[in-house]
Amino acid sequence: MRNPLSDTIVNVKPSGIRKFFDLVSEMKDAISLGVGEPDFDTPWHIRDEGIYSLEKGRTFYTSNAGLKELKEEIAAYLKRRIHVEYDPLKEILVTVGGSEGIDIAMRAMLNPGEEVLIPQPSYVSYEPCAVLAGGKPVIIELKEENEFRLTAEELLAAITEKTKLLVLPFPNNPTGAIMEKEDLEKIAEVIIEKDIFVLSDEIYSELSYKGEHISIISLPGMQERTILINGFSKAYAMTGWRLGYACGPKEIIEQMFKIHQFAIMCAPTTSQYAAVEALKNGDEDVAKMREAYDQRRRYLMHAFKEMGLQCFEPYGAFYVFPCIKEFGMSSEEFANRFLSEEKVAVVPGTAFGDCGEGFLRISYAYSLENLKAALERLKRFVERLREEQTH
Amino acid sequence: MREKILTYIERNSRVDLKDLAILLGTDEVTIANEIAEMEKEGIICGYHTLIDWDKTGSEKVTALIEVKVTPQRGLGFDKIAERIYNYPEVDCVYLISGGFDFMVTIEGKTMRDVAQFVSDKLSPQESVLSTATHFILKKYKDHGTVMVHQPKDERMLITP
Repeated sequence: MRNPLSDTIVNVKPSGIRKFFDLVSEMKDAISLGVGEPDFDTPWHIRDEGIYSLEKGRTFYTSNAGLKELKEEIAAYLKRRIHVEYDPLKEILVTVGGSEGIDIAMRAMLNPGEEVLIPQPSYVSYEPCAVLAGGKPVIIELKEENEFRLTAEELLAAITEKTKLLVLPFPNNPTGAIMEKEDLEKIAEVIIEKDIFVLSDEIYSELSYKGEHISIISLPGMQERTILINGFSKAYAMTGWRLGYACGPKEIIEQMFKIHQFAIMCAPTTSQYAAVEALKNGDEDVAKMREAYDQRRRYLMHAFKEMGLQCFEPYGAFYVFPCIKEFGMSSEEFANRFLSEEKVAVVPGTAFGDCGEGFLRISYAYSLENLKAALERLKRFVERLREEQTH
Repeated sequence: MREKILTYIERNSRVDLKDLAILLGTDEVTIANEIAEMEKEGIICGYHTLIDWDKTGSEKVTALIEVKVTPQRGLGFDKIAERIYNYPEVDCVYLISGGFDFMVTIEGKTMRDVAQFVSDKLSPQESVLSTATHFILKKYKDHGTVMVHQPKDERMLITP
């Protein structure tokens, strides 16, 4: 029989998290600090609206680009929160999670061999999506000494003739890093000068703990060369609803629309109705959750300091990214031993790119009690490792 | 800061002050001082425990009583409220807008206890025009806490 598979997809590495997931799921009584989704339930008024839409029999396709009412609410929300204006008719596309937006933006924008700059450590899907779109991923390794922000120098050094697109994943999963206005201004200058485009993944934009989240789109000259990816998963605790959106110049959205239309048809109708309610009446829920995350973030930072574990202070998402280089083992070894000896699951930094070596992603989308129990075990483990080192 | 402290301890008054200081990004002394101040000012009026008595062996009934009264000249409702809230078996007394004047909640060992209170102590009062007693059959949620089921984390253990 002939080989039924595509070489392109066979050559894509499976997500590094998979391996670890299999290990963890065998351990029944493990405490996990490994999830990438909120611990809160979707606020009831949002769920209720979803249920109501089902009761009313709204079980059909919506228009391909999404409910008109939802797109209008998205436009109003973006104006209110990041102070940019989009035409709901031509510049907004409702997608199946932020993930779909990332995929179709790359497919709409890349020609074979064109380079995509991907700062790492970062979310696992940028690199494979770039490859599947026929582009060539070029990794920019972010540095802890810069608090894992992207600097203009790093960007400039990575740009070649073939560079088409920069992925800008802030607030960042897994590091929790954010980009402040000055940071963005510096890179925007390079972006415009070198005439490249930006895919700004702002899915964690509502979870920013150092003043308001600033979008690169709000800087002069950037809206026309940026695709914004956002969604409902993190801000409104709606991961399972699979709903996101992409906004950008109408020429790009129009092509993304075609892929979306043929591959997806439309995002789930129930989720779209629920999302309208989220945008209309959800600001207070978001503020409450943000405050809860911020409290836990401070608690973790304090605990790390007490146990002498090096960690830069992250101001976004719900992750901290402590450094474990002092123990002289790889991230994966550390995570494996921590799991088998103390039954706590954390994700090795290398799951998010090679430069995540020496770091761990710890999620604080957990109750304080859960975090406390896990931190106690971490402390015990770290002390044991230090003792081993001195012998 | 006060609002943040209150919001937190309203749900968990047993939080360690050291932990609360870390969570709110301040120091323990500030927290302790603020709480002491608010106790003195009567902003913090007490610390209670939320108990689901149904899960214990002890028999208890709770009733909500609607009370209609005629306010007294010059004293309004306050004096009448006082005559009601001074009974130790009375748990809450609220002045209410709408079809009646006071909402009184009372806890007793048996329905007879409660009925006796209403007929012997509440109704005979001069200003009380009428009462309507409602017994609570089941508590689903109290003080923001759902009592009928425990939340469970159903997320996958590891996700990107």
